[in-house]
Amino acid sequence: MSDLKELSNKFAVVGVGNTPYGNFPDTDEYGLGAVAFRRALEDCGLKKDDIDGLLVCRIPYYARMGEVLGVHPRWTLTMPPHGRMSGISIIEAMLALNCGAVRYVALIYANIGRSRRVNYGGEDASSFWDPWGFTSPGAAHAMMFRSHMEQFGSTTRQLAEVSVAFRKHALLNPDAVMKKPMTIEDHENSRLIVEPLRLFDYCLINDGATCLIVTTAERARDLRKRPALISGVGAQDDYHDASVLNFAQDFWYGPVRKVATEAYGMAGVGPADIDALMCYDNFSPTVLFSLEGLGFCKRGEAGSFVEGGTLALGGRLPTNTDGGHLSNSYMQGWGLNVEGIRQLRGECGARQVPDCKIVQFVQATPCTRTIIYTLG
Amino acid sequence: MTAGTYTKPLPQNDPYSKPFWAAAKQGRLVVQRCDVCGDLHFPPGPVCPACLADSQSFQPVSGNGTLVSWVHFHHAYWEGFKGELPYTVCLVKLAEGPIIISNLVDEQPEKLHAGASVSVLFDAVCEELTLPRFCLD
Repeated sequence: MSDLKELSNKFAVVGVGNTPYGNFPDTDEYGLGAVAFRRALEDCGLKKDDIDGLLVCRIPYYARMGEVLGVHPRWTLTMPPHGRMSGISIIEAMLALNCGAVRYVALIYANIGRSRRVNYGGEDASSFWDPWGFTSPGAAHAMMFRSHMEQFGSTTRQLAEVSVAFRKHALLNPDAVMKKPMTIEDHENSRLIVEPLRLFDYCLINDGATCLIVTTAERARDLRKRPALISGVGAQDDYHDASVLNFAQDFWYGPVRKVATEAYGMAGVGPADIDALMCYDNFSPTVLFSLEGLGFCKRGEAGSFVEGGTLALGGRLPTNTDGGHLSNSYMQGWGLNVEGIRQLRGECGARQVPDCKIVQFVQATPCTRTIIYTLG
Repeated sequence: MTAGTYTKPLPQNDPYSKPFWAAAKQGRLVVQRCDVCGDLHFPPGPVCPACLADSQSFQPVSGNGTLVSWVHFHHAYWEGFKGELPYTVCLVKLAEGPIIISNLVDEQPEKLHAGASVSVLFDAVCEELTLPRFCLD
């Protein structure tokens, strides 16, 4: 994607919004999506009739979403309910803007999994491996982390460093679902789910919605707040082991390296320049895998890299400052992008990273993506 | 036990993998082999992922492999597994190349490490289903 270099800083996220996060049995995806959309419009000062592109994710029917909002765009996309679609969607919106198909794209994500009691394994997620009892994305990450432990000597206490850092951030975020402090010992004593992973290695399942509004850097100048410019992007899919959902024998090291090289090249920055990292954390091991691929540490050394609070505010690399999927909200990558934009604008209050100018989002998944944002 | 009283999940009704399950019932471990380019792959699919040819066969493999990773399920995603917690699922790289997810039988903690040699055995879990499983050599 080296030819994308010329798109650096030409497009921007100009508006963000989110609902409260929790258990909301009395609404649905459309109700949640509408609140997030209204808040994103208020955030940037656009009117709903300005929106001519609509991308929906984890929302059952795009046309009903349009009907509910009274929005009738010239460009609509609907994405499957996978977290990996967050990075894909933002890049797709940028490309649609680049070719002039749209002027202002609203990307709406809603999740009603908590109140509807969604299961991420067993009968709700049937696969070829069911007869052996292998199911759930968490099990695939447990399988990868065991392999990482065997190859590199990583430990579950190092995973605890990730969960504990993100919980600290959640305690500073009024929106976050998790409100109780966590220690390394709490993590190590939490219930085993699929060993070596424990409850506190797993993301939350909660209801909520987010909305991002994306347009050109030029149009962004007329809007309410300073834009978050899309300075670099990188993309690489790897479907080799797709039948083992959410699994890669190399922990996506190759794809993450590749997207990092692309995005850093496009943005003209490197890992040392990143003020805050927003790292897809469906399960805590994903964070270690991402850090290695991005080059924040050497391959196999992410476990020791995160020791001593590296990822916490005040540490070397503040990561998932909203609490992430582990402790803030399971907004499947979307919430992390929202947080990244707010960090750049300096809107994060007690959890603000001082002098935050460059933020990176990464998702190490079968569809690996990274986006580097800078303040415009 | 018949499938009627077997409470764990049965194979998906997948047209491509029927020969795999039929072979397992006869005590043979097979993977899919492309008749055109010879690529070996698993689980089975409609065309060869290397050259897209339709024509594919099932080739018996040695049943030997190396242990890549393993996990212990402490949570039962199906009622039928509740009585067996914790149970072990392993990832094996077959000597011929493809990977397979299976169960580790007769787990010996002192031998349990990545790279350990494993061999297949066949477990007739009910009249209709035989599961290829692995044990440490």
